[in-house]
Amino acid sequence: MDTVYFLIQQMMLFSIPLLIVALGGMFSERSGVVNIALEGIMVMGAFCSIFFINRMQNVLSGNLLLILAILVAAVSGMVFSLLHAYAAINMRADQTISGTALNMIAPAFAIYMARSLQANGVQQIPFNNTFRIKSVPLLGDIPVIGPLFFQNTYITTYLGVIILLISAFVLYRTKFGLRLRACGEHPQAADSVGVNVYRIRYAGVAISGALGGLGGLVFVVPTSTNFNATVAGYGFLALAVLIFGQWKPMRILFAAFFFGLMKTIAASYSGLSFLKNLPIPSNVYKMIPYIATLIVLAFTSKNSQAPRASGVPYDKGSR
Amino acid sequence: MRRGNKRSLTELTGLNSFLSSVIAILVGLAFGFIILLISNPSQALKGILVIVKGGFNGGAKGVGQMLYYATPLILTGLSVGFAFKTGLFNIGASGQLIVGAFSAIWTAVNWKWLPGPLHWIVPMFVAILVGGLWATIPGLFKAYLGVNEVISCIMMNYIGMYGVNHLIKVTNIYDQLKNQTVSVPATAALPYGGLNKVFYEKIGNLVRPSSVNIGIIIAVIAAIVIYLLLNKTTFGYELKACGHNRDASRYAGINEKRSILMSMVIAGMLSGLAGAVMYLAKSDGLHIDVVDVLAPQGFNGIPVALLGLSNPLGIIFSGIFVAHLEQGGYYLQKLNYMPEIIDIIIGAIIYFSAFALIFKNAVQALMRRLFRRQDKED
Repeated sequence: MDTVYFLIQQMMLFSIPLLIVALGGMFSERSGVVNIALEGIMVMGAFCSIFFINRMQNVLSGNLLLILAILVAAVSGMVFSLLHAYAAINMRADQTISGTALNMIAPAFAIYMARSLQANGVQQIPFNNTFRIKSVPLLGDIPVIGPLFFQNTYITTYLGVIILLISAFVLYRTKFGLRLRACGEHPQAADSVGVNVYRIRYAGVAISGALGGLGGLVFVVPTSTNFNATVAGYGFLALAVLIFGQWKPMRILFAAFFFGLMKTIAASYSGLSFLKNLPIPSNVYKMIPYIATLIVLAFTSKNSQAPRASGVPYDKGSR
Repeated sequence: MRRGNKRSLTELTGLNSFLSSVIAILVGLAFGFIILLISNPSQALKGILVIVKGGFNGGAKGVGQMLYYATPLILTGLSVGFAFKTGLFNIGASGQLIVGAFSAIWTAVNWKWLPGPLHWIVPMFVAILVGGLWATIPGLFKAYLGVNEVISCIMMNYIGMYGVNHLIKVTNIYDQLKNQTVSVPATAALPYGGLNKVFYEKIGNLVRPSSVNIGIIIAVIAAIVIYLLLNKTTFGYELKACGHNRDASRYAGINEKRSILMSMVIAGMLSGLAGAVMYLAKSDGLHIDVVDVLAPQGFNGIPVALLGLSNPLGIIFSGIFVAHLEQGGYYLQKLNYMPEIIDIIIGAIIYFSAFALIFKNAVQALMRRLFRRQDKED
């Protein structure tokens, strides 16, 4: 049973950042803007917030510091994503181009700033992880459920779940969500009934920026003790999770958990006796999440639910 | 705008695109200059000149190095650009490149019996073949199962990286001490092809050639072949048609599934070739490091393709230009600037090139005014 608890706890660390970032991507794409810049936005959010933690950890610690860092990450990601929004919406640019540009700029900017701001031009930004919750009071003591979900955890895990619930509600149960989806499916129709397509798309990209930046922080904090200007391709993986999840919140959750579980097995097989004794080399284990995703996709992709106007700049004049 | 003279406008579009790229480059460089000013104002002017001079800072050898680093950029740029032209986003160049590189090195090390130049030509074609095979999977998935090629390419990148890391360790091409691949035999390295007679530096009596080899010529030939394929053959026309509108192409009698598959395979072949020309180098050249990091050269092909407007001939120049700037970053370190400034500048150039539409319209308006004035004078 301890093994199962361990696996689930580990899985959360892999799945939650993917879930948050993919949900961010969902808001952008459902509004009609392809956001391939998620990787760069994650790097930017992680850089700003980890640097914030690095500077503030002598004054603050624990979850108060983490909550402030979460705000820093979300705001920095949002500001950075506005560059993409401006190019994609106002300038009617090719969205792949501006996304690629942001992906190039973010890590270079993070290295440049880290080396400029830190003593001796060091590139890595170290931080003390004082955020881990050994056991949530009361809830952590519940048998089975306690060890599964309320021990060795981070507040970011619950934040991820809350974001999922809010996202699903906003997308399907609010006026804004309906307008957002309309702009992604048929912006001309939305415009004809008085929806400001540009403003809705700005909102979609800004939300994706905030969640992307937050996801960067959520990814780095549990998995490392310093930030080295990279999120290890998680932005692209989140893009994959978004497509795998067919641009729908609950399916994105499923996709993120699926991928996270596979990733957990790949990362911690050496701790599991029944897997360790199999004559399978470590690199093959590491391939499993990707191969499994491919296979599942092969069976589930026949009718794609991609937003119809995603990636198409909206030109009011050509209505 | 639409009412303008049709013929003169179509003649101008090429020039227009070129001019809008130039504007993007100038704006990007200005942006870089501002960063230089912020980090160290006293050296900024010197710094921007070093960047603009790029590879030329190092004389003939520097130019050679520039062409050397441009070679894989051109090839991965072609791979991504070709896929763009046919309506696909090949984000999987990284994986295709690394499996190509592995198979080239393996063939070069193990097939020592290959005589003369065949010792590097055969591994190169093996890499092309394997790169193409690697792209077959996303191609088939896209054409027959409707799997988005972006996601399958991302997955194939990781599978390729881990797979190659595993295969290196279990075959005889592993250098355990350095945790990388062994050097290929000297006869399997790409020859200089006379380029060392042009691009070298002389220190006293010591002549040091640059690393550039016939890889750059191969890359240029590949670009021309792809250009001809896309623009002068029925096959290329079909591929482009499928990129524009899959349903219309099927209606017109094109086998659209086969076209999608072929586009992906050709893109993969180009990336595989990039892997071969990178790693079929002399012992002081590149080796595959066994680390869990995706090959960055694959991703660098994306900005190169975008800057070259996905035009194969444009990509030759954008590849050389990006290598030129990166060489500038190398020399920039002598002024105590960080080379990352170059990546920011390239990013800025790409970003502003996304505004091409606006620039194009501005250039077009300017052109029309100029021509109208000329007409009046006539």
